Formats: sequence, structure tokens, C-alpha cells
Amino acid sequence: MTQHIQHLYEVLSKVDGYVYPNEIELNWSILIVLYPYITGLVAGAFILASLERIFKLHVLRPTYGIALLTALSFMLVATMPLVSHLGKPQRAYEIMVTPHLSSAMAIFGFVYLWYLMVVLLLEIWFDYRRDMIIWAGETTGLKRFLYRAFSLWSTDISPKAVALDNKLGYIVTIIGVPSAFLLHGYVGFIFGSIKANPWWSTVLMPVIFLFSAIVSGIALVMLVYIVITSIRKLKIDMPCVDTIASYLFYILLIDFVLEGLDQIHRIYIAEESFDVLHNLVFGRLFFTLFIMQGLIGTVIPLLTLGTLQFYKPKIQIRKAIYTVIAALILIGIFFMRWNVVIGGQLFSKSFYGYTSFKIGLIGTEGYLMAAFWLIVPFIILSFLLWLFPPWKKKEDDHEIQVG
Amino acid sequence: MNINKPNLSRRDFFKAGSIIVGGITVATALTPFDGLLFATEPPKGKGKWYGIGIDINKCIGCGNCAKACKLENNVPKDPFYFRSWVEQYTIKNDGSVLVESPNGGIDGFKQSVPDEEIFKSFFVPKMCNHCAKSPCVQVCPVGATFETPEGIVLVDENYCIGCRYCVQACPYGCRFINPEKGTAEKCTLCIHRLDKGMQPACFEMCPTEARIFGDLNDPGSKINYFLKNHTCMVIKPNLNTGSKLFYNALSPEVR
Repeated sequence: MTQHIQHLYEVLSKVDGYVYPNEIELNWSILIVLYPYITGLVAGAFILASLERIFKLHVLRPTYGIALLTALSFMLVATMPLVSHLGKPQRAYEIMVTPHLSSAMAIFGFVYLWYLMVVLLLEIWFDYRRDMIIWAGETTGLKRFLYRAFSLWSTDISPKAVALDNKLGYIVTIIGVPSAFLLHGYVGFIFGSIKANPWWSTVLMPVIFLFSAIVSGIALVMLVYIVITSIRKLKIDMPCVDTIASYLFYILLIDFVLEGLDQIHRIYIAEESFDVLHNLVFGRLFFTLFIMQGLIGTVIPLLTLGTLQFYKPKIQIRKAIYTVIAALILIGIFFMRWNVVIGGQLFSKSFYGYTSFKIGLIGTEGYLMAAFWLIVPFIILSFLLWLFPPWKKKEDDHEIQVG
Repeated sequence: MNINKPNLSRRDFFKAGSIIVGGITVATALTPFDGLLFATEPPKGKGKWYGIGIDINKCIGCGNCAKACKLENNVPKDPFYFRSWVEQYTIKNDGSVLVESPNGGIDGFKQSVPDEEIFKSFFVPKMCNHCAKSPCVQVCPVGATFETPEGIVLVDENYCIGCRYCVQACPYGCRFINPEKGTAEKCTLCIHRLDKGMQPACFEMCPTEARIFGDLNDPGSKINYFLKNHTCMVIKPNLNTGSKLFYNALSPEVR
């Protein structure tokens, strides 16, 4: 408590110009940066999986299972930074029990549950049900129990039942794509609908969030796939990774154009808030916006991936490039969230000044805590990949399609 | 004679009927989503409907209002938490604007700009605007912040989850999170005093009567007299928050 106040006095000494006295403290810190970042990874990974299933892009097959499990791992963690950020975390359930329907945030619980329970879990369940039953027969002990429990003690693996699984899984995927769009577009709306804040209040916010989410999710799955194949010492499926990289290029391009449009629009209409935002962008946000998000996260990946569209070096080199580019994009999108969430609070709503933001190493809002919430999904993913290895699934799955 | 009867079979009748009945049912079920139209709703007050007036010409920047508010409402003493504060605007000859509010104006003000450089200078007391279409009420995910029938925006601290969305949504910077309670806090227009027939603390302590409040629904009220006899403005009218804090002599520099 006193430490917090001490910190605020330190910030007060760094205030530039005038900010309302209540604005010296940044209300949403790094945990709220993580929240759109993590949900974005979920939505993006899921959309990549859906591409394979709905549009029958079989070249993406090696990443289908990985994408779904990645989405689930991050989805399970998505609410944690949010809840731990609350002033009264023990009251978090109120948002579900007594939602205030005019609040964009109140709907989050429902969108989240819909996406987690109805879409992700169901799709994964239908996809793995037969395999879980088969694996239960091949294993013993705890693993066997887990397979039985997760398959809800079902035993029917007749072709008819499996065909039904596939059919239902397909339907869930079709529902899933708009749901993924909803989930992340909605997260953008939470920010875009705040008319008090000119840095957030743009109708493009949900669309920008959505496309950046797809970009980050695809980059993550690509990275996870490359790492897993390296760990398993297998040959990487290059046509698959090349295809993912080309999608990544096009969607990153759309994302770049949308964000560019947003900025050009701001500059051209130059509303009352223009000066304060202009100084913000070239001042306190310069490094994270132009260097981290712009150069490292967007321009370098765009140029590299663009070049790879018509010039293909050797597989080993391509693999290394893809690994680095995926990592750069993930860093870039993280800073995109940072620039929205933190950037939107660095200037005063009086448009007369700026506060500053300093983050500590420890504490609930520190770097370590943030790193923790980013590492946990990978631990969950490792567990899920151990329990449900997509590469051990009986193939031919999606060939038995609905019609 | 051949009468042209509309060709309506029983099947068509049930079809049309079920569409109408179903439509009405769905529309009824969707009524709660009226909430989404929040910011376009007209004010509902029929009884007392409080509004506030501040006469900038009368404010001398003594900071009594901000001090009284802190004492009366047990607001944390550190200079990061204010329900009510005073800003000093100094417009220089070159047109640049300097805004200051050291410790919310509680300790008074010192003019930091030499006299010969000043075009004009004035004080602006700030507090919750008790908006009729409050963005803070709109965004609260649990409904912990609400508007009383008298038009006072309050926070139920036993219900607030401390998500800070309302703090982000307030265009006027009037909310903060109480560092001890972890919940949102703001001006209550001293409702505990109003209930006893007293004035809010900041109004009572103002030595120049720069602050007026009263019932906007009562044509004879002080606030209506104030509004009729002065050219009043709200801050950030473009945001359509339905602000009920009206300033006389508000300069366009004030935000």
C-alpha cells in the first residue's frame, strides 16, 4: 500500500503538462495488455484450425490438432489476468450472475463461456472421442482413467458413431468461426466503445483487433509446430508451413492496411485530440509503436514473408526464417496490445498532458506475473500434447465428411 | 358469381400466425437488450432531478471545496484521489494554455507565470457531472454504479468488483479506485447530507457562493434561476453524456 503510494509520487514527478489528479495512476496495467493478447492467440489459432476443416485445406492437416490444443491452452488462461487484476477478485462471479447488459464487459463472461464450452471443447471432444476410446484400451493406470473420463465413458467407435462425431464436429466448426470472430471483435469493442478516450474510440478497433488476433494466432501455431517437430526430430512438412506463412503474409498485410487506415483517418480529420495523440505517438509511445510494433512486428515480417512468396531459399533457411518471423510477429502483436492499452492511458483526457508508466519486476502487476501468465498456457499445452498427441491420432478422420 | 377469395389455406394461416406470435415472443425476450440503447435514452426523473451550477466568475481558487470534500467523505489524503478539485487555467499572451492543480487546489494556488505574460487566468472547480447518460453507468459490468431517481450517480461499494472500466469511461476524470477498498469511488453529491436537508460539503464551504445546486424539475429552483440568467455550458458537450454540471463563463480552453 505505502509502496503503491510511493510509486504514485514517483509517477507524479514525471507527469508532463497537466493531467486530472485521478489520472496519475494507470488503471489498466500489463495484465490487461495480456488479456487481449491471449484471447487473440486463441481466436487466431482456432481460425487456422477451422480453415483446414471447413475449406478442406488438407495441406494444413499437420497443424490442425496443434492449433486446436493451442487455442484451448490459452483459452483456459485467458480470464486469469483479468480476474487477478480486479480490485475485488472474489466478486468476479457477479459479472456472470448479475450482468449489466449495457456494459460491453458484462457480455465477456458469456462470449467466453460460449466459445470455451460450446465451441472449443465440443470440437476437440468430437475430434478426439474415438481416439480417446482407442487409447484407453492401449494404456493403463491414470492415463487410461483420464482417457475414459474425458471421453465421458463412451465406448462406441462404430463407423456410424465416428461419422456422427465428424458431422457434429464439422457443424461446431462452422459455428466456431463466427464465434471466434465474435470473441475477438468483441474484445476490440470493449476498447473501441469508450468515447471518452480518443485513442481507443474508433469503429475500426474491433476489426483491427480481429485481424491482429488472427495474425498472432497463426504465427503462434506455426512456431509451436516448428518447435514440436524439431523436438520430435521429425522432418518438417514444408508445404504446410509455406502455406501458413503465405496466409500469415496476407492477413498481416490486411492488418497493416487497417491500422494504417485508422492512423491516416486520425491524421486527416485531426480532431480536438490530435495534438495530444501526435505528441504521444512521437514521445512516450515512440519505441513501442514505431520500433517494436511497426518495424519489428510488422515491416520486417511483411518484407520477409513477401519476398518468400516468390523467392524460396533452401528448406533449412526457410525454416529458420519462419521461426524468427513468427517470433517477431508475436512480439509485435504483444506491443500492439501494449500500445492500445497502455498508450490509451498515458495521455490525459484533458488533452493537456501525459502521465508515465513504470512496471516493477515483482508484485501482482509486475513483469514476473505477466511472464507467469504467458508461460502457464505452454505448460498446459505440453500436458495436452502429451495426453492428446495429434500425431498419434488415427488418420482419415476428416475424410469421412458430412456430404 | 365468382368471388376472388384470397387463397389462404389452413397451413398458410398457421404459418403466418406462428411467425407473428414467434416474432412478438422474440421481441419481448430481447427487451433487456434495450440497455444497449443506453446513451440515447431520455432522462427519466419526474420528482427531484438535481443539477449543479458553477460560476467561474465567482471562484477565487481558495480550494475550500476540495478540502471539505476530502474531510467530509474520508477521501484518501494523497494527491491522487479526488472527488472534487480545482484547476487554475492561465492563458498566456502567446495563446498557450497552462493548467495547474497542485494537490487539487486544497493548499491554494500560486501563479507561476509572470503577470506581464498573462492574457487571462481563472479557476475551474471540477467534480462529478452526474450525467443523465453516464458513460460510467453504461459500462459497469455488474450494475454497481447507478443513477438514483434524483439523478445522482452513485457506486455501491459492496457490489463493485473493481474492474476500473468506469474509471476509463469517465471523460472528466472524476473517478478513482480507493486504494484501501479496491472499489470505485466518486462524488455522491453528499447524498448523506442531502438526506438530512443539508447542502453538499463543497457547496457549504464555498465562500463566494460560486456553487449552486437544485432541482431542475422545479421552475422556481435556484439552479433554474442560475441557468436562466447566465450563459451556461457543460464540459465536452460533444460527448453527449447528458452532463448536469453547468458552468457560467466557461472558456473553450477548459476540458
